[in-house]
Amino acid sequence: MIIPVLTLIIMLIVGAVVLGFIAVSAMFLIWWERKVSAHIQTRYGPMRVGWHGALQSVADVIKLLLKENITPSGVDRLSWWLAPFFAVVPVVMVFVCIPFGNIFGIELIARDLNIGILYIMALTSICVLGIFMAGWGSNNKYSLLGGMRSAAQIVSYEIPLVLAMVTAVMFAGSLSMQKIVEAQKGLWFVFQPNMAIAFAIFIIAGTAEVNRTPFDIPEAESELVAGFHTEYSGMKFAMFFLGEYTNMFVISALAATLFLGGWSGPFLPPVIWFLIKTYGLVTFMMWIRWTLPRVRVDQLMGFAWKVLTPVSFANLIVAGWILMK
Amino acid sequence: MIADYGYVGLFLVFGIIFVAGALAVSWFLRPRAPSPEKNSCYECGEVIKGGSWIQFNVRYYLIALIFVVFDVEILFLIPWAVIFRELGFVAFVEMVVFIGVLIAGLVYAWKKGALEWQ
Repeated sequence: MIIPVLTLIIMLIVGAVVLGFIAVSAMFLIWWERKVSAHIQTRYGPMRVGWHGALQSVADVIKLLLKENITPSGVDRLSWWLAPFFAVVPVVMVFVCIPFGNIFGIELIARDLNIGILYIMALTSICVLGIFMAGWGSNNKYSLLGGMRSAAQIVSYEIPLVLAMVTAVMFAGSLSMQKIVEAQKGLWFVFQPNMAIAFAIFIIAGTAEVNRTPFDIPEAESELVAGFHTEYSGMKFAMFFLGEYTNMFVISALAATLFLGGWSGPFLPPVIWFLIKTYGLVTFMMWIRWTLPRVRVDQLMGFAWKVLTPVSFANLIVAGWILMK
Repeated sequence: MIADYGYVGLFLVFGIIFVAGALAVSWFLRPRAPSPEKNSCYECGEVIKGGSWIQFNVRYYLIALIFVVFDVEILFLIPWAVIFRELGFVAFVEMVVFIGVLIAGLVYAWKKGALEWQ
C-alpha cells in the first residue's frame, strides 16, 4: 500500500512541475517574442514593468484575469466553451514524453512511453479541433473563415510533418524519445543528407502547423481581424495564447530531439543543452515571422501538396534505400 | 505499463484542471456588465447581417478526403519504419509499391484539379 501512495505523490509532483514549466515558458516566450520583434524593427518593446519589461507577461496575465468575459449571443455554447480546453489540454499531454535530459542523475522525462513519437503525433493533431470548434462556435464570419482555413492548413501540413518524423524513426529504429536521442550520440541526425532535408521539411511544416507567419493565414490580421479567436476575451483568449506558444515550444523541442541530438552535447549539463536548442529554434521561428510576408491561400495549399508532400515521400524512400544497403 | 498510461491520464486531468481553474479564478474576479450591443458578434462595428453557419467551399472537403487517405497510410508506415532493417528487401519493395499507389492517387487528384484554389 505504501508504494502506490509514494508513486502517486511523485506523479502529482511531476505533473505540477510540468504545468508550472508550461505556464512560465509560455509567459517567457510571449515577452521574448515582443522583445525579438521590437529589436528586429529597431524598437525597444516592453520596458516599463521590471527589468527590460521582463514582468510584462505577469502584468498581462493579471489584466486578462480581471477582464470581462464576453459571451456573444448566438454562439454555439458547447463548442464555444470546450474550444479553450481543446487548445491547451492536448499540448499539456504531449509533455508526458518530451525528454528534457537529466540533471544530477535524475531523468527529466515524465514517462518514456515506448510509442512516444506516435503518441505525440496523435496529440498534436488534436489541436486543430480546438481551433475549428472556436471558429465554428463563435458564430462570426471572420472566426469561421479563420477556423476553416486553419483546419485545411493544419491537416495539409501534417502529412509532410509526420513524414519527416517517420524518417527520423527509420534512422533511430525506435519510437521511444529517449532511444531516438541515444541513437544520435555519435552524430546528430541533421548531419546526414536525408535527415537534413527532413529537418528543413519539419521546420517549414511545423511553422505552418502552429499557424505562424509566413503561414498565419488563419489569423491574418489585415483580413480576418484575429481569425478563430476574434470573439474570445479575458481568460479564454489567454488560454488560446498559452496553447499557441506552448505548441511552438513543443514543435521546437521535437525538432531538437529528432534532428539536433536532443539533450546530448559537450561540457554543459544535458538539460541546458536541450533548452538552448529548443529556445534557439523558437527564436528562429520568431525571426522568420518578423522577416517574411504572409503567403496567399492558394500558394499555401499548393506548396503543401505539390512540393512538400512529394519531396518528403521521395526523401523517405531514398533514406530507406540508403539504410538498406 | 499501467504506470506509463497512468501518467497520460494524470496529464489529461491536470490539463483540464489547469484550464478550468484559470477560468474559475477569472469567474470570481472579473466584472459583468453585458449589454445587447456588447454581446453582438464583431463585424467591424456594423449591425450583423445573417448568420455565419453557411455552406462553405467544397474544396475543404476534398482536402479533408486526401488528408484522410495519406494519414491512414502513414499509420501503416510507422510500424514498418521501426523494424524495416530486419524485414529486409522484400518489405522495402512492398512499401515502395504501397507509397507508389498513393502517389498515383495524389497525381490523379492533382490532374483533376482538386488541389487548385481560386
